[in-house]
Amino acid sequence: MTGTAEEWVFTGRARVFAEDDINTDQIMPRRGFELPPEEQSALVLDSIRPGWAATVRAGDILIAGRRFGCGSSRPAPLVLARTGIAAVVAESLGDIFLRNAVAYAVPVLECPGVLDVVAEGDDLEVRVARGTVANLTTGATAEATPLPTMLLDTIAAGGVHALLRRDGYLAPAD
Amino acid sequence: MGMTMAEKVLARRSGRAVVRPGDIVVTDVDLIVLADTVFSDTPDTLPTDLLRVAHPDRIVVLMDHGVPAPNERYARAQRRAREHARRLGFREVADVGGGGIEHQLIFERCLALPGQLVASNDSHTSAAGVLNCAARGLGLADILQLAATGRTWYRASPTVRFVLEGELPFGVYGKDVFLHLSQLYGSQEGHDIEFGGPGLETMPLDDRATLATMCTELNANFVMMPVDALLREHIAAVTDAAYEPVEPDADAEYAAVHVVDLADVKPRIALPHRINGNVRSAAAVAADGIRIDQAFIGSCANGKLSDLRIAARLLEGRRVADGVRLIVTPGSQAVYLEALRAGYIETLTEAGAVVTNSTCGACAGGHLGVLAPGEVCITSSTRNFRGRMGSADAEIYLASTATVAASAIEGVIADPMPHLVERPLV
Repeated sequence: MTGTAEEWVFTGRARVFAEDDINTDQIMPRRGFELPPEEQSALVLDSIRPGWAATVRAGDILIAGRRFGCGSSRPAPLVLARTGIAAVVAESLGDIFLRNAVAYAVPVLECPGVLDVVAEGDDLEVRVARGTVANLTTGATAEATPLPTMLLDTIAAGGVHALLRRDGYLAPAD
Repeated sequence: MGMTMAEKVLARRSGRAVVRPGDIVVTDVDLIVLADTVFSDTPDTLPTDLLRVAHPDRIVVLMDHGVPAPNERYARAQRRAREHARRLGFREVADVGGGGIEHQLIFERCLALPGQLVASNDSHTSAAGVLNCAARGLGLADILQLAATGRTWYRASPTVRFVLEGELPFGVYGKDVFLHLSQLYGSQEGHDIEFGGPGLETMPLDDRATLATMCTELNANFVMMPVDALLREHIAAVTDAAYEPVEPDADAEYAAVHVVDLADVKPRIALPHRINGNVRSAAAVAADGIRIDQAFIGSCANGKLSDLRIAARLLEGRRVADGVRLIVTPGSQAVYLEALRAGYIETLTEAGAVVTNSTCGACAGGHLGVLAPGEVCITSSTRNFRGRMGSADAEIYLASTATVAASAIEGVIADPMPHLVERPLV
């Protein structure tokens, strides 16, 4: 994770999907389930923008519309993060997508109004724990309610699997 | 100020006096349902074995997403599920030959009882709302944490209440009620849904269960229905265990209350790729004469005995149209067996349908009815999202079982009403 632990500052290029109701069948399509992780992530959002995942640079920040990640409970935030996306800021998030983001340690922020101040390719600075989005290209800003501390702590610990291993519920990795 | 049904379940279970929208509630739950998918040996799912769990007597494994295993990955996950259940002493395993789709099993076996809190890794867990349970889906990692530690968290949501009046008209089903709500009110994301009113009691339990299941597609969190005489009868036939239902307080606070007259509900269809904001009447879509390649009846929404009864009634003595594949997937082994005894499976098979074993099957796009590019499918399952049932270049229309069966007969998307009038259910 980049940035300092307290502030969780992410600076990166905005990648915008302004459509509402982008669901997890689009983020993590069924046809990738049996593929190795890198091939699976190559299919992320492919049905909306073919070949998009290959254009992601590590550290890019995904900016999305309302109800991003609605639908099935599959671990879409993780597969999305493997494309190089460092954080997700959406007008609103599907409930299970938000839970999965916490569980898989993917920084997320629900920020109503973010689409009004961000365009594709803008340089952004997102402070996940504080709940701010600053558009370094235009100078515009947006504010959001950050996740509760308990959930930020899960992300900081590396997600649920790391916690379960730490507490002896999950066998050590080989 | 009073509480809604879901707030009461959260309060009771977590030992709080009051739960209000926005509260983060950390709690244990009554029933933890793990599908076969939880046991995948990928780094994202269950990379190494679980060594201990807090409450094995609250955990059931209901294998449904890929049964019998369509590939080695599922086969490994299911072997691992059996091994975990044995070693850790889970309450129950529903395996190949002894189970079905988890939401159908929870309902028909009353694996949870009114007033209880239920969690599963599957997104359609709101289905258990028909049993007056507060139930919703978690993610794969979340459910693992709950199974291990016995505890999870919820952010309590504001509630939208639907008061159903009138009675369910002839030829209209729970799926149509859902599509009606989707068309009129759209997504309810961030909210719990609570149903009430005299109209609900006119709906058969199967239709209520379909409605509760499909509220996931309104992006609802908990979906709650009250207990009535019909539900008590269903539970009494399965178990004599005691239970404590919840009812909303008269002064519970709602984000909105909508009164819905069931008399206004007609057969409806969601057009391809999304449901909310994309629903038309079946009669209007039928006028377009859209040719279909596949028709699917099944899933946690519509793989019930009543669905197979409707399909058999409409198809008796008829043939599935040339060039159309009708796939019928019963929701459970019990549904399959009852349909077999009632003659529905013989009727459907004679008509040219294929009846599969019970599994999520084509609904989840994993096996038993995957679509090719350019194909058109009408389905009574849960989702019409792009790529859901196979190719991203296939088109999926979503409707009631009656509408799907009528379409399979005509070979084009059809209005079920003329078929139903000609052959009313007896």
